[in-house]
Amino acid sequence: MKVVYEPPKSLTDKPFIYCPGCTHGIIHRIIAEVMDELGIREKTIMVSPVGCSVFAYEYFRCDGVQAAHGRAPAVATGIKRSVPDSIVFTYQGDGDLAAIGTAETVHAATRGEKITAIFVNNVVYGMTGGQMAPTTLIGQKTETTPYGRDQQLHGNPIKVCEMLSALTGPSYITRVAVNNPANVIKAKKAVKRAFQDQIAGKGFTLVEILSTCPSNWGKNPLECLKWLEENMLPAFPLGVYKDIDQEAKKDV
Amino acid sequence: MGKKLLMKGNEAAGEAAITAGCRHFFGYPITPQSELPAYLSRKFPKIGGVFLQSESEIAAINMVYGAAAAGVRVLTSSSSPGISLKQEGISYLAGAELPCVIINVVRGGPGLGTIQPSQADYFQATKGGGHGDFRNIVLAPSTVQEIVDMVRLAFDLADKYRNPALVMLDGVLGQMMEAVEFGEYQPATPEKPWAANGCKGREPNLVTSIHIQSEDLEKHNLHLQKKYAQIVENEQRAELYHTEGAEILVVAYGSAARIAKTAVREAREKGIPVGMLRPISLYPFPEKYFHQVKGIKAIVVVEMSAGQMIEDVRLSVRDRVPVELISRMGGMMPSIHEILTGIEKLWNNTREKEGLKSESCL
Repeated sequence: MKVVYEPPKSLTDKPFIYCPGCTHGIIHRIIAEVMDELGIREKTIMVSPVGCSVFAYEYFRCDGVQAAHGRAPAVATGIKRSVPDSIVFTYQGDGDLAAIGTAETVHAATRGEKITAIFVNNVVYGMTGGQMAPTTLIGQKTETTPYGRDQQLHGNPIKVCEMLSALTGPSYITRVAVNNPANVIKAKKAVKRAFQDQIAGKGFTLVEILSTCPSNWGKNPLECLKWLEENMLPAFPLGVYKDIDQEAKKDV
Repeated sequence: MGKKLLMKGNEAAGEAAITAGCRHFFGYPITPQSELPAYLSRKFPKIGGVFLQSESEIAAINMVYGAAAAGVRVLTSSSSPGISLKQEGISYLAGAELPCVIINVVRGGPGLGTIQPSQADYFQATKGGGHGDFRNIVLAPSTVQEIVDMVRLAFDLADKYRNPALVMLDGVLGQMMEAVEFGEYQPATPEKPWAANGCKGREPNLVTSIHIQSEDLEKHNLHLQKKYAQIVENEQRAELYHTEGAEILVVAYGSAARIAKTAVREAREKGIPVGMLRPISLYPFPEKYFHQVKGIKAIVVVEMSAGQMIEDVRLSVRDRVPVELISRMGGMMPSIHEILTGIEKLWNNTREKEGLKSESCL
């Protein structure tokens, strides 16, 4: 029998513990396929965060280091500076990367640390039960914004790609989504490009992936995808925010 | 380097780390330890080392965590307020059993306190400091030569026990210049088959401090406690000074011990039978050494803190003899006269009591 489709070698056989309809599974698969295609599994070290993906190391068949909340970019820096030939990526949620770990994120980026941050933005704290995230949209109801996020009371959602693209250190900053098959393919291309940049030693790379959270949004998976399209895409426009290759071409 | 060099304590600590095979330093500037990172920032680029000035103390200790997880010898240094910030990472390092060396050039606190020398971080260093049941190995040199020896030992013990090791200095030790010899020294180079540095030719490794099932975490806690018990058994270190025939015992470490030593010498010249026990390892506390000194009738603890080490002294002697305290705080140091007066007072009290009844002694 001819094998036409199989799980990526860079994934373990463990079943995901994520909630039904959660997009972490798709994102894990994308990363694992890219690791397979680039042949980097044996030199990849993943840094998992605090949040729903705290156990992400269970699913990737590569070395793993579990970091404190928000500190993954600093931990990844320590690893990469110790094993320069390795491929180091962090897998972080919005609370981890854009609230408690903002300083670590910004400074790893501005140093041009040769690591890749996979930034899963689902506009809510998932594991702790649906509290307001730094990326929660204005008007969005959460466990801690029961009347909706109020700009005056709670401030504005943080736009990570826009912010980091102003820095010199990053080589590639992009925002993608996994809300339909076409976008999943684009997301995979973005992840691959980020890893390729890291292999080439170009600089800090970050792929923000707009994602869903059926459990905490209180919607079924299909409603979630629709909600992402209607609410998150206008607030967090998809696209490449920084690409030093394109900048170099423009300069020529 | 077999010859004698005149070096500042902070710089000697940096050179000691280099000779211990350390090539990774992550840190953030704070007085009074700044000469240490400055020294390594000059030296490391020439020998292929990594010196990284981080955006924060928290980032620095997490970089240490990453480097230690990858299996290299790694150092960070700071001073009291910075060490407080590092406590999150230190707890994770202890939980994940990662070896690293942390140098604390202690200054007066609480809060921003002062940059002057202090020993007020004793509890923080020896009782854990961060969250959870854990211990750091804590070494407290009292000369620049001993800084060199203890930094090297800290790296070896950290690797041996897969545990963070702290070296506690203070502003005086960090800033003072003394003659040091680096001599011949071969750092231990244990295998680190657990390191996360790429899984070529083996199953993937995982470095983590999470054990979400309580049964698993308790098992891990018990494993850590067993390790700490081994450390207590094997790694107690102290210096005994003039303890032969002593009836009064001075207990002091670090800078305070240097001053106390002179007071002990002067008291001896006056005919007072006094000796000194200088803890070199603060964790494990050198309890065994208290059992070695016989005939002690009273103890005076000298510390540059409000009475922190005195608790461990009392536990060590089970309160069988009176234990008095000479304490200076806030960056102030005890004078020889102050300690000498304390010794004389204690000696006179002990003799008065002796006239009444026979006193218990160690």
